[in-house]
Amino acid sequence: MRDITVTINGRPMSATVDPRLLLSDFIRQDAGLTGTHVGCEHGYCGSCTVHVDGASTRSCLTLAVQVAGRKVDTVESLAPDDETLHPIQQAFEDCHGLQCGFCTPGLLMSVAELANTNLVCDRAKIREHLAGNICRCTGYHQIIDAVEQALAEIREVQIDG
Amino acid sequence: MLDSDDIGRRRREPAKRAARDEIDMNDRGPVRMKPPKFDYHAPDTVREAVAVLADVGDSAVVLSGGQSLIPMLNLRLARPTDVVDLGAIDGLANLEPVDGGLEIGAMVTHRQMETNDLVASITPLAQHAAGFIGHRAIRNRGTIGGSIAHADPAAEWPAVLLALDGTITLASAETTRTVPGDQFFEALFTTAKRPDELITSVYLSGRFQNSWGFSEFQRRTGDFATVAVAVGCVIATGAVVEARIALAGVAERPVRCPDAEQALIGTRPGRAVDAAIAARDSFEPVGDCHGSTEFRKRLVFAETKRAVTQALGPDLESRANA
Repeated sequence: MRDITVTINGRPMSATVDPRLLLSDFIRQDAGLTGTHVGCEHGYCGSCTVHVDGASTRSCLTLAVQVAGRKVDTVESLAPDDETLHPIQQAFEDCHGLQCGFCTPGLLMSVAELANTNLVCDRAKIREHLAGNICRCTGYHQIIDAVEQALAEIREVQIDG
Repeated sequence: MLDSDDIGRRRREPAKRAARDEIDMNDRGPVRMKPPKFDYHAPDTVREAVAVLADVGDSAVVLSGGQSLIPMLNLRLARPTDVVDLGAIDGLANLEPVDGGLEIGAMVTHRQMETNDLVASITPLAQHAAGFIGHRAIRNRGTIGGSIAHADPAAEWPAVLLALDGTITLASAETTRTVPGDQFFEALFTTAKRPDELITSVYLSGRFQNSWGFSEFQRRTGDFATVAVAVGCVIATGAVVEARIALAGVAERPVRCPDAEQALIGTRPGRAVDAAIAARDSFEPVGDCHGSTEFRKRLVFAETKRAVTQALGPDLESRANA
């Protein structure tokens, strides 16, 4: 067993973990943050995507011990409070970018990374960036609509701010 | 059709299998642990890491980015006794210009290779190829050293390493040695690296920075290459004086194609097509549900032609069409 301290969504958390515990299971079972969804569990579907030090990461392809001392952000970190959605979440709702919602946390975190690194993208670039996130409901068109809306929204806020 | 007895038997089987593996419990019930049990080492230095490898032997595996190893652990295709995590070792993720080329630490990520200015100027082929690896989340964590040690015959880095006359530096408890890429990849997932050795860095030559090409066919964005071709040339006074063509996805290991390389030397017209024909005729890729041998040979032709055309540029290659 190993003692680790991880900053999850801004809060430091210490735990004693089995080295083989996956980050995805650590987040859901130890941290109790069930927003991160676990789909294929071998790095194929992208549902479990979180940020480690700001970079998108498959939490099912990462051991909890590998993020000791690092900063992990999950989908719960997006909305500023219980009443307000993040612009990306709002755009997914507005554009019907989700149906069953299983893939949504991973998609939101992938889009959040895109918003942090490349706010000006055409639809082809958006599709390429999201190619690692599989959605079995929407057929993706509304997801791309939502991302376009979200990026435009965030650009506007940045210009105004 | 299955009758109800068959279905019943099938349902009972997984329970028997599960009983063989230990199941950890906590106060909420069974904890779902995907990877098998192993002893975990997080050394601070290369010296400590190779000491563990020397001690444990070939039942240990090295964890760098984990983007190939952890799926194998999750699926229990790999059952190592020990995992040596390189994440705590300082200095393994450096990029350094050396002798006109680039010395790349084993823990440099695909994403670093994709975005770093030194990579773009000294080894633009490597920078371009990095973007074809997996998805962004994979590139953020996966490392060049891990990919080369894993030696997937359809992966990008091994082919790029061969095209850029690369070398691999291996450390063990006794010594450090440097192996040319041409001698490193031996067979499917099999390399010249001994179990007690660790890849500390790879070196890519800078002499191909003005004449390179890379072309890859993927079934979907982020998939492994069905076929990928990496080309590095040296051009002097309008003539090709050195050519290296390496292919991924066509054999059980990344391979160069001497016949295609020979076709590029000099100033003859029509070289891209000649090289593409030579490459197509050099390999018999194994067909599967994603493409027959014949289909893959056509891909070898098309991707070689594209990569060579990119490497020689419109000026040199226009003579092919004259």
